[in-house]
Amino acid sequence: MADKDTNAIRDMGSFYQRDRAWHPPAFTPQYKTSVLRSPQHALLSMEGTVSEMTGPRFGHGQLGPLDNDLIHNFSRDGEPIGQRIIVHGRILDENGRPVPGALLEFWQANAGGRYRHKREAYLAPLDPNFGGCGRTITDDDGRYWFRTIRPGAYPWPNGVNDWRPAHIHFSIFGHAFTQRLITQMYFEGDPMIWQCPIVSTIPDRAAAEQLIAALDRNNTLPMDALAYKFDIVLRGRRSTLFENRMEGN
Amino acid sequence: MVQKLDMLKETPSQTAGPYVHIGLTPNWCGIDGVYPEDLGRVMVGPQAEGERITVTGRVLDGSGTPLKDALIEIWQADAAGLHNSPVERRGAADPHFSGWGRQPTDGVTGEFRFETIKPGRVPYKDGRLQAPHITFWIVARGINIGLHTRMYFADEEAANAECPVLARVEHKVRVPTLIAPRSEGKDGVAYTFDIRLQGEKETVFFDV
Ligand SMILES: [Fe+2]
Repeated sequence: MADKDTNAIRDMGSFYQRDRAWHPPAFTPQYKTSVLRSPQHALLSMEGTVSEMTGPRFGHGQLGPLDNDLIHNFSRDGEPIGQRIIVHGRILDENGRPVPGALLEFWQANAGGRYRHKREAYLAPLDPNFGGCGRTITDDDGRYWFRTIRPGAYPWPNGVNDWRPAHIHFSIFGHAFTQRLITQMYFEGDPMIWQCPIVSTIPDRAAAEQLIAALDRNNTLPMDALAYKFDIVLRGRRSTLFENRMEGN
Repeated sequence: MVQKLDMLKETPSQTAGPYVHIGLTPNWCGIDGVYPEDLGRVMVGPQAEGERITVTGRVLDGSGTPLKDALIEIWQADAAGLHNSPVERRGAADPHFSGWGRQPTDGVTGEFRFETIKPGRVPYKDGRLQAPHITFWIVARGINIGLHTRMYFADEEAANAECPVLARVEHKVRVPTLIAPRSEGKDGVAYTFDIRLQGEKETVFFDV
């Protein structure tokens, strides 16, 4: 119960301003699609109101038993081809505290680098046993894990010979809508990370490195699956000890 | 040297890409049988309080072309101005209204459509009331970090005029980019909210 109370207090302070220099800017001409899709006016900066400091919450009861198992959740007549992996980690806030009850959704290409999507034009084949989506909710310590196969790299129309490094897309809900985040996870040791126009939208190399999951031999399942560890940090809140104004209520 | 602040950095954003639907609306894009239904598809239960409304619109790029691969989430208060969220401190929201919706823009027309209810007013930090509004969050290929904006209601002129958030828009000529006109037809009450990523009528986006 003490923990729950701490959570309640933690959920009341206002959020630290987002460090926009750590994120990619909207206009990044090396990623051509951003050119016509990037707002050009300055964003209107505003401390969050109750509209942004609240957010939807999802329950374990909304999930199915195979939702975090991409090896089995689309299986038709067997298991998908590819390197079996476990991806696990913690969702923390900027204060280093775990975020329990966070919904993570993830999607990826198959082992050949092909997505199951009607707009996908890459010639690599679909895998009849691989859908490419999954989801999970963090436990009380902010931990999550899922099982999948390692996605392949794939070419994409940007430059004439641009390839995406192997990656998994992540969507994360914290406790407040203002923490909403979509990002991508890359794999330790992949030389293609540093040739990718989408990775390079992130100006600071240390920030891009935050997206590279570490090979985690200690959590590898012997004779079964390699493990990668990927921690995600969501925006954090001020301590209410320092709030000098009443909440708007 | 000084002591360290021991703060972590927020994980940087990356674009949702062209295949965001696989992860977030898999049934919509033909991946059947993994989830019973796409999250956020239905916001309003039969017993929900409040005026039923439909919100439609498009997301337009700098050439005026609608995005056919965008994904939009909305978040809003219920008819009484309360959020269906564990961190809502002001009271219990309507259990028949989720307040959160998720829809793709149509692959042919680029139109999005939400069936929701008209929200009540919620307070600003200092206790003044904001005008009724719906928070929008837009992701797509070519958008490197999700865009936050708000939709306000054209028929709430008095509330809009005193809304402390709208008052923060420095260039008043840009306020109308946030206000959706209302129409009433045989299908009920509808609001149209086009979001312009660039150009003369670029929508006001928030760093919030
Ligand atoms: Fe991708």
